[in-house]
Amino acid sequence: MSANPDVVMGVEVENPVMPYLRQDRLPHIWCPGCGIGTTVNCFARALTECGLDLDQTAIVSGIGCTGRVAGYLDLDSFHTTHGRAIPFATGLKVGNPDLKVVVYSGDGDLTAIGGNHFVHAARRNMDLLCICVNNFTYGMTGGQCTPTSPVGAKQTTMPYGNFEHPFNLPHLADACGAVYVARWTVYHVKQLTRAMKEGLNKKGFAFIEVLSPCPTLYSRRNRLGDGVDQVKYYKERSKINNDVDTKDLSLEFQGDITVGKFVDRERETWLDAMNNRFTSVIGDKYEPYGVTNGEK
Amino acid sequence: MTDNAPKKKEKKAKGTVFVRKEICKGCSYCIDFCPPRCLDFSPDFNAKGYHYPILSPPEGCTGCGLCGLYCPDFAIYGVKFKDVEKLKQDAADAA
Repeated sequence: MSANPDVVMGVEVENPVMPYLRQDRLPHIWCPGCGIGTTVNCFARALTECGLDLDQTAIVSGIGCTGRVAGYLDLDSFHTTHGRAIPFATGLKVGNPDLKVVVYSGDGDLTAIGGNHFVHAARRNMDLLCICVNNFTYGMTGGQCTPTSPVGAKQTTMPYGNFEHPFNLPHLADACGAVYVARWTVYHVKQLTRAMKEGLNKKGFAFIEVLSPCPTLYSRRNRLGDGVDQVKYYKERSKINNDVDTKDLSLEFQGDITVGKFVDRERETWLDAMNNRFTSVIGDKYEPYGVTNGEK
Repeated sequence: MTDNAPKKKEKKAKGTVFVRKEICKGCSYCIDFCPPRCLDFSPDFNAKGYHYPILSPPEGCTGCGLCGLYCPDFAIYGVKFKDVEKLKQDAADAA
């Protein structure tokens, strides 16, 4: 509780997300108009609603603007090397199967330098929630081109506009076998909170892509206005479609955006598959790993 | 505006917002996405030079708390008077 508590009608009230944050670190380093804080806000609210034991929840993030999330959330957190958030999270999960591990990182960290790990974690169906904040650029290092930058967008390393075909992240996750795939923007706060709650309670590799404005580098270089102007663009041009095939998702430069929950299915997780395999081969002598104390 | 003035007088706030102005960065998310459009920039600014939001007019606030969900800086949140009354009632029952 801060020194001067907010009082209304004689009752002390507090911002519901404050207990989930390391308040001594506020204000955070993100620029005015950056959407990462909004995603953290939604995540904190999803934590209040999902009913998980917070002592058994860990958050892992890589390097970059979004990589700072682990430092601001008051959970067991891990700020790892560039691109290696998923390997660290995998180790954490396999070492202690009781934990609910969340990977929270940016598009450059997860899909460029860590793209290999992302693909294989989805293939193995490792029991993680992976939240990718996609701002189409490397924010912390000065606005370089990422694998998700749309064709035509100007970047520091693409001064005449990007000509490389970008990743369709939900399609990539779906093709690799993720059990839950959704895409929302910073404008869709209610839906994003619900998706994060569903992802936290989902067993297997859940992937949520969140589109977020980068006012300082991406928007300014492309003359797209302020952070709030980008969020207004998300509001105007995004279309919710939950039944669309992930390969048909649209996300062009300042074009239409398809958002929604695209995949929600059941598949054997890596630990389950290992236990089933060893039990079928070795028989009763094998003691299943991570099951005795209640696997999540 | 003058035509609507008598109607607005009857309106009563159903909630209010609290702003931690020292951590606000003036991004205007809360102002632009407030459903009843009752937030505006303050004429004053905080220590960092950002204009923080204030209720204007205060009677328009429904206490929906969407400003708190949008805020990237955790600097604003809304409360419903109905919820506060319930809290008060619960505290009185417990005591």
